[in-house]
Amino acid sequence: MPDTHTPLLDIQGLEIRFNTDSGIVHAVNGLNLSLQKGKSLGLVGETGAGKTTTALAVLQLIQSPPGQITGGKIFFEGRDIMGMTESEKRRVRGNRIAMIFQDPMTSLNPIMTVEEQIMEMISLHSDMSGERVRERALEMLKLVGIRPERAKEYPHQFSGGMRQRVGIAIALACRPSLLIADEPTTALDVTIQAQVLDLIRNLQKIVNTSLLLITHDLGVVAEVCDDVAIMYAGRIVEYSNIRSLYRKPMHPYTRGLFNAVPKLESELGVKLAVIQGLMPDPTDLPKGCSFSPRCPYARDICMEKACGMKEWEPGHFVDCYFPLQNGGRTE
Amino acid sequence: MNGIAPGAEMLLDIRGLKKYFNVPKGVLHAVDDVSLTIPKGKTLGLVGESGCGKSTLGRVVIGLIEATAGEVFFKGEDMLKFNDTQRSHFRTRAQIVFQDPFSSLNPRMSVHQLIAEPLLINSVCSSRKEVDGKVKELMETVGLAERLITSFPHELDGGRRQRIGVARALALDPEFIVLDEPVSALDVCIQAQILNLLGDLRKERGYTYLFISHNLSVVRYVSDEVAVMYLGQVVEKTANTTLFRKPLHPYTQALLSAVPVVDPDAKKERIILEGDVPSPIAPPPGCRFAPRCIYRQERCSAENPVLSEIEPGHFVSCHFAGSLQGGK
Repeated sequence: MPDTHTPLLDIQGLEIRFNTDSGIVHAVNGLNLSLQKGKSLGLVGETGAGKTTTALAVLQLIQSPPGQITGGKIFFEGRDIMGMTESEKRRVRGNRIAMIFQDPMTSLNPIMTVEEQIMEMISLHSDMSGERVRERALEMLKLVGIRPERAKEYPHQFSGGMRQRVGIAIALACRPSLLIADEPTTALDVTIQAQVLDLIRNLQKIVNTSLLLITHDLGVVAEVCDDVAIMYAGRIVEYSNIRSLYRKPMHPYTRGLFNAVPKLESELGVKLAVIQGLMPDPTDLPKGCSFSPRCPYARDICMEKACGMKEWEPGHFVDCYFPLQNGGRTE
Repeated sequence: MNGIAPGAEMLLDIRGLKKYFNVPKGVLHAVDDVSLTIPKGKTLGLVGESGCGKSTLGRVVIGLIEATAGEVFFKGEDMLKFNDTQRSHFRTRAQIVFQDPFSSLNPRMSVHQLIAEPLLINSVCSSRKEVDGKVKELMETVGLAERLITSFPHELDGGRRQRIGVARALALDPEFIVLDEPVSALDVCIQAQILNLLGDLRKERGYTYLFISHNLSVVRYVSDEVAVMYLGQVVEKTANTTLFRKPLHPYTQALLSAVPVVDPDAKKERIILEGDVPSPIAPPPGCRFAPRCIYRQERCSAENPVLSEIEPGHFVSCHFAGSLQGGK
């Protein structure tokens, strides 16, 4: 057992590139991130920020070519994942680290019953007898709220929310110590999303797994996570426990993100604050801080050299020379 | 922005609208007896989950698909009964912006061609030069840089593509625009830009919008009035502020409570609905929400409630609407 001070997952200086016809895409640029055992971390960013690429790197599933991890280290339970042999990696994938995907329609096998799909995962990673594997699969279905009489049905017979439950059952079947959920509720309706988030929250406690939740929705993170990391153009720009970050977003990008979200309780008739411009082209990242071309507070130094993560307040890290000091909201 | 004054001029008046589809398994009740009105210059937000019939409703009122029954009065005339001439005129007055700016634009047409298309079809310009001028004017209105005029959709990001969609809808200076999930495919920063654009346009030109969305926060942001749909029917309709402050239908209450709040300390009563939306093919008898409703009584599965005015301007379709206030 690793001691409690070693993070469960520790990503250091991760760099990922993709060679494409239009140039080298710098998808992840010097990303540092760690996740403690039993905690849940929200990884938030817009399309193209590199969230999913980071998750795939943790599972060592970056397709190469065109992708390539060009730098950094990923430690899982204290071991360097990138240094593992292929068979060691296979023992980690699905067993110790499991993943739930965004689209429950396409991530399940359409010609296998849901029971078989759960059993497949269990028998791959254990030497239990067939009967025991089946029992375990039925237990998993019960755990995610699917009646056992539906075990022999196929994915197309389930609704979107139920399919995502199946995905969760498969992911948790081997009791992984890390669950990566990549936009698990984005394809679902809001009432179904509430059901699935509720389920994930409860199961995280029961199965005692850590959670890396990838999403673009700050509301979903607020419901589920302990800590949150904001990602922009392939790196983390702000990291803190959730309360501190939501009370006081310090990076100008984080602040802009919060201001751009319409809220149920906001005043009527007030215009949304908009971050000017677009995400930088990942084949041609700006020099210095990658947010500087859009940042209303950028000064000369920002265009020259990125600041790097600094602990501005205890446990609250911001990658900015001039973090915003007054709170994100008018109290 | 406090709802709609009684007696205001109705630009659109939908009465008892039905749209059924014949599908292999039976008859799909996509829109089932919906009545709604939108006064000139106002925005009606239409919310509901996938499959509730909100997009079908939007398409029927714009004349893209035919209704099964009912009436849709546009400026006092029933557009469902229009002859061809009247219909082609109506189509210059009413426009639609679609959800997906990736599939709703012809990939082989340039920005110029895309925006000029409605102008050319309706021959509103007398010369090539006038078309060019109008295209540039429209691009400026929606915030597209002129240098993009020769670009193709695949070269542009989602926000810019959606701006082309808006420019196409505005080309004939319509009075009424159906916005069918116009920001659902966009990231929050781009979403904010498009929402601001739509708001500005409405303010400047007095457009009337039917804003269809599954996102309650977005609807709350843009609407004067909000109608909530469930399985082809409107279950609640009232002024924006009233709906969000005091939802009376149990479905609306559950829907609102399910929205994740961007505040880790927000402690709110969450109503988690059981199960999924039933099939719109042979919907359950009685109240369609009854099978999932936490307050259901015997009467609910026997008798379909009608949309009735519980308070001035607040319409709810529930037998017990008055007694379920505040989510309890």
